[in-house]
Amino acid sequence: MGKTLAEKIWDEHVVRSAEGEPDLLFIDLHLIHEVTSPQAFEGLRLAGRTVRRPDLTLATEDHNVPTLDWDKPIADPVSRTQVDALRANAAEFGVRLHSLGDVEQGIVHIIGPQLGLTQPGMTIVCGDSHTSTHGAFGAIAFGIGTSEVEHVLATQTLMQAKPKTMAVTVNGSLPPGVTAKDLVLSLIAHTGTGGGQGYIVEYRGEAIEELSMEARMTICNMSIEWGAKAGLIAPDQVTFDYVEGRPEAPKGAEWDAAVEHWRTLVTDEDAQYDKEIVLDASTMTPFVTWGTNPGQGVPLGGVVPDPGDLEDAGDVVAAERALEYMGLAAGTPMREIAVDTVFVGSCTNGRIEDLRAAAEVLKGRHVARDTRLLVVPGSVRVRLQAEDEGLDVVFKDAGGEWRGAGCSMCLGMNPDQLEPGERSASTSNRNFEGRQGKGGRTHLVSPLVAAATAVRGTLSSPADLSPVVEPLETPEA
Amino acid sequence: MDRFSTHTGVAMPLRRSNVDTDQIIPAVYLKRVTRSGFEDGLFAAWRNDPSFVLNRPEYAEASVLVAGPDFGTGSSREHAVWALQNHGFRVVISSRFADIFRSNAGKAGLLAAQVDEKVVQRIWDHLDEHPGATVTVDLESRTLRAGDGPDAIEDSFDIDDYTRWRLLEGLDDVGITLSHADDIDAFEARRPSWKPATL
Repeated sequence: MGKTLAEKIWDEHVVRSAEGEPDLLFIDLHLIHEVTSPQAFEGLRLAGRTVRRPDLTLATEDHNVPTLDWDKPIADPVSRTQVDALRANAAEFGVRLHSLGDVEQGIVHIIGPQLGLTQPGMTIVCGDSHTSTHGAFGAIAFGIGTSEVEHVLATQTLMQAKPKTMAVTVNGSLPPGVTAKDLVLSLIAHTGTGGGQGYIVEYRGEAIEELSMEARMTICNMSIEWGAKAGLIAPDQVTFDYVEGRPEAPKGAEWDAAVEHWRTLVTDEDAQYDKEIVLDASTMTPFVTWGTNPGQGVPLGGVVPDPGDLEDAGDVVAAERALEYMGLAAGTPMREIAVDTVFVGSCTNGRIEDLRAAAEVLKGRHVARDTRLLVVPGSVRVRLQAEDEGLDVVFKDAGGEWRGAGCSMCLGMNPDQLEPGERSASTSNRNFEGRQGKGGRTHLVSPLVAAATAVRGTLSSPADLSPVVEPLETPEA
Repeated sequence: MDRFSTHTGVAMPLRRSNVDTDQIIPAVYLKRVTRSGFEDGLFAAWRNDPSFVLNRPEYAEASVLVAGPDFGTGSSREHAVWALQNHGFRVVISSRFADIFRSNAGKAGLLAAQVDEKVVQRIWDHLDEHPGATVTVDLESRTLRAGDGPDAIEDSFDIDDYTRWRLLEGLDDVGITLSHADDIDAFEARRPSWKPATL
């Protein structure tokens, strides 16, 4: 019997396999950031160990860094200590680090692909659950804990029990104005937050094949939000075109050898998945969350659900609690929910295509009077590219704030936070209680919905906006 | 990791059930960048009460914690294990441990010894009569002992075979994996040359 894509990549990385023991899996790329690595490095130091493969390790500063005044010392002493520790550890152990101020700095899951370090067929780990992003290239990529970070640093391997595999087949094409974010939010509402538990998920089908690399990253990024171990997409010409020519991509004969192998990374026709979900993209619409987990979502055209209508008793309790926290009444049309802050950014939607999509909506328009728009590029490269294209001017002319690169308000570990009771429309990945700031209320949305919401001040899609009236050209003399 | 075979130390009764990891160490204490120094945060909220058992002088040197059922529930923070160890604890005895706490303890070298609830009660009663008394734990034979003479408590405890072996050998996961360094070397030797490198 044939193998699934995930099984092929897994089997290619087994260093050692023994009855009754987890597999010992080789790790091709270990990404590191300031928050989950300090104790791992100290563990190495206490045991007198080294980093086995600094040449397969890359560090950056993203989780707690400020997005204003990034050229000055970090004001928050706790954040500064964590960043200083990362810098000292990287220097001591010979790990490449892209610090604040470096042109390659950015969210760890944005800079890997950007540098061309993320490639098909790899195993990639990081002490961060959104490592699943890299699966978009046809890699097995997942988040790990601090003890495991230390294990990878010391051995370049991990002990892992082989997960089951699942296919999510998305047939049809996404209608215009409906994005990868809407697709994945629809999927999570369908499966619930635990639906993927124990599986490496392969996204496939016409709608997935039609997506750009950046949109595929949005899908794989949120695999963790429905509990999957990892999510991946078979590499194809779209993937190869994206990787080719990037700084760390193979060159010349090496490129040819790599592509030849990458073309074998597809699920065999006679392979069996342990589970399969089939969705139809053509019926999808802009999708937003109303609750406090990413599975609590509805179409933008829908209403806040009535907890009493839910079947599962546990869901009823969770929904009641969520509505209370979110300050929402059942039956309220989603489009009538007013937001205070719109956040565009994060490893989910902080890439150049996301910023272009938001800017396209905001061009010639202005942010609503009582709404704040925060645009945070996912990396310095994304920021510079956006500035080259004049997107920063569009955001600023619309009344938005244009910031430096980092995780920012996705998790509110830096100064970018919601005030208690404040409501956001956010292109990030988690709407947990307090995630974006103590007492903050988050609605997860796509970049298009975020931009339209900023203009109207209530949850909206671009279709809800009045057309932009072009100013009359002054006839030339 | 140090080998663990037997340990005799002052035992501290913690007469509470469902001691979650937020109680063991509150989130505000997780900001350190080291694996040490977390003793400050150990049972921080409870320690505000001067009569809390950890504040009593007879338990200043305690190294065996005897707790109620469902010890270590809640957050997965490994800091909970580190806080106990940083304070000087080598063993936690309870009738039921949360899975993640048990796993984290095994990784870090803290012995989580599971016993029948009645045994916990008998040890608690013994410690009430003899504050500052010691308990001996023998990992090889999976037994524990407290007191002398006819009232002595002797019983067995449960720990899974794999964790017991690792603790007896003093091996952490990294140590075990490094014992397969030849396999890793061989794997690395056959990796394709086009795989990316950061340096």
